[in-house]
Amino acid sequence: MDTVVLLLVTGLGLGALYFLVASGLSLIYGLMGVLNFAHGSFLTISAFLGWEVGRRVSDGTWLGLGLSALVGVAVGAIVAAATEFLIIRRLYERHIEQALVTVGLSLASVALFEGIWGTDPIYTERPDWLTETTTVLGARIPNDRFLLIACAVLVLGGIVLFLHRTRYGLIIRAGVENRHMVTALGIDVRRAFTLVFAIGGAAAGLGGVLASVYYGYVSAHLGSVLLIFAFIVTVIGGLGSLTGAAIASVLVAVLQQFANFYLAGTGDFVVVVALAAVLLVRPRGLLGRTT
Amino acid sequence: MSESSPAQPILTVRGLTGRIAGQLVVEDVSFDVAATGVTALLGRNGVGKTSTIRSILGLIDRTGEMSLAGTRIDRLPTHRIVQLGVGYVPEDREVFGGLTVAENLRLAERDRSPRRDEVRRLFPDLHDRRDQRAGTLSGGQQQMVSLGRALVNENRLLLVDEPTKGLAPKIVDEVAVALAEAAKTVPILLVEQNLAVIRALAHRAVVLSGGRVVYDGEASDLLDDEAMLRRHLGVHDAGEAA
Ligand SMILES: Nc1ncnc2c1ncn2[C@@H]1O[C@H](COP(=O)(O)OP(=O)(O)O)[C@@H](O)[C@H]1O
Ligand SMILES: [Mg+2]
Repeated sequence: MDTVVLLLVTGLGLGALYFLVASGLSLIYGLMGVLNFAHGSFLTISAFLGWEVGRRVSDGTWLGLGLSALVGVAVGAIVAAATEFLIIRRLYERHIEQALVTVGLSLASVALFEGIWGTDPIYTERPDWLTETTTVLGARIPNDRFLLIACAVLVLGGIVLFLHRTRYGLIIRAGVENRHMVTALGIDVRRAFTLVFAIGGAAAGLGGVLASVYYGYVSAHLGSVLLIFAFIVTVIGGLGSLTGAAIASVLVAVLQQFANFYLAGTGDFVVVVALAAVLLVRPRGLLGRTT
Repeated sequence: MSESSPAQPILTVRGLTGRIAGQLVVEDVSFDVAATGVTALLGRNGVGKTSTIRSILGLIDRTGEMSLAGTRIDRLPTHRIVQLGVGYVPEDREVFGGLTVAENLRLAERDRSPRRDEVRRLFPDLHDRRDQRAGTLSGGQQQMVSLGRALVNENRLLLVDEPTKGLAPKIVDEVAVALAEAAKTVPILLVEQNLAVIRALAHRAVVLSGGRVVYDGEASDLLDDEAMLRRHLGVHDAGEAA
């Protein structure tokens, strides 16, 4: 029983990280049809810069972590918005070129990060509480899981509120359905493009700081690993569906944890099998739209 | 070209050529939309009527010269053209199915004081269904949402593409009434297959065939010319259509 609870909560925590990356991927793909392979780089740069600022101000405290998170969110948003504005926009509607350029960005940025911060992981200090455990139903749960889950829930709630309560949210929801009709109503949909990149980048940036808490280190490859699973989650959830991404994040991460524990460390393999199964049985994903 | 229209045309189209994925779908089309009333754009299925409208709006790649009330629009992006005062009611309605009726209408509002009361008076049904997702509406109700999105703003020109397609006769009448009312204040370029609706609404007509304009004149002259109708619209008896 306690093992099940531990695996479940750990799965939820990891799912929270996947969701912070997948939410942006899904919004960006849904609105613009762009598969953004640079999304992991947004996460990594945010993790590094967040860590650099946090440790200088107050290493290993809540203040330091809070600052890291703020910096991570800001860096993620700015870098993502700049990427859209300076690069993606110039390749408007050319989806293959857009995907390729983000692949290039991703590879180049990892090399850059390695050049600046080295190829080895850098271990990070955390507030004491995050290194302790809390007993839930007999299971000793590392406290960082709760932080991850709470942050992802807040981000999900924030994005949903934004999408449903603001005019830009309305434009984005409409644009995910039919981008051309939005422009035919006299709306400059490109502003919404920059905005979804910024929102997705902010979520990924927070994800980067939280990933460094969860793994206990920052590294140039932090984003690449999470990006793979975030893409899987986005496809399983249904490209363009935020709710789908949330559900699939939890399903994939929990499945991964259980398979790792009960099926001799085959978590990643099982996730890929699940991806293949979804693609065969329901190619548009759990909550994806037809067409 | 159209000596009988009194004022300057609201829209002039000269040498319009449109391409979809490199494929020519509109070829060197020229015509005017009169400053008042309804100009019908006619022709057989697949002749390029929808593509012509989409080319005017910049929704597909196009070349040629187009002016809206004297302002060149052929280099402008779609949203800028619409902001000049163009209402678009697309073929097959294209409502946002996941959005509510109210959200569809709100999204379309461009003016500082949108004409919500006007839309509500024309389509009271929409007001009662304002919180319903547009995707769950009947075809007729979706058409009213689509018309409502155009009529909620003050426009200089409406582009309306087959608004009665696939609708029950009673709804066709409702749509025709709404268009007739709109036409009192704004010129309309109307693509329509239903000859009874054209007869009731259109003042002028432009007929496309083989991607080119083969008739440009009074709607009544065209509707009386059975040979013309048969040849270019595939209609056998104009009287019985509806
Ligand atoms: N999305 C598209 N891709 C390729 N060809 C298209 C597309 N839409 C329309 N066409 C072609 O363009 C031509 C004109 O179509 P359309 O403008 O829809 O005609 P109409 O509205 O008069 O029925 C047709 O030959 C049609 O096959
Ligand atoms: Mg058509």
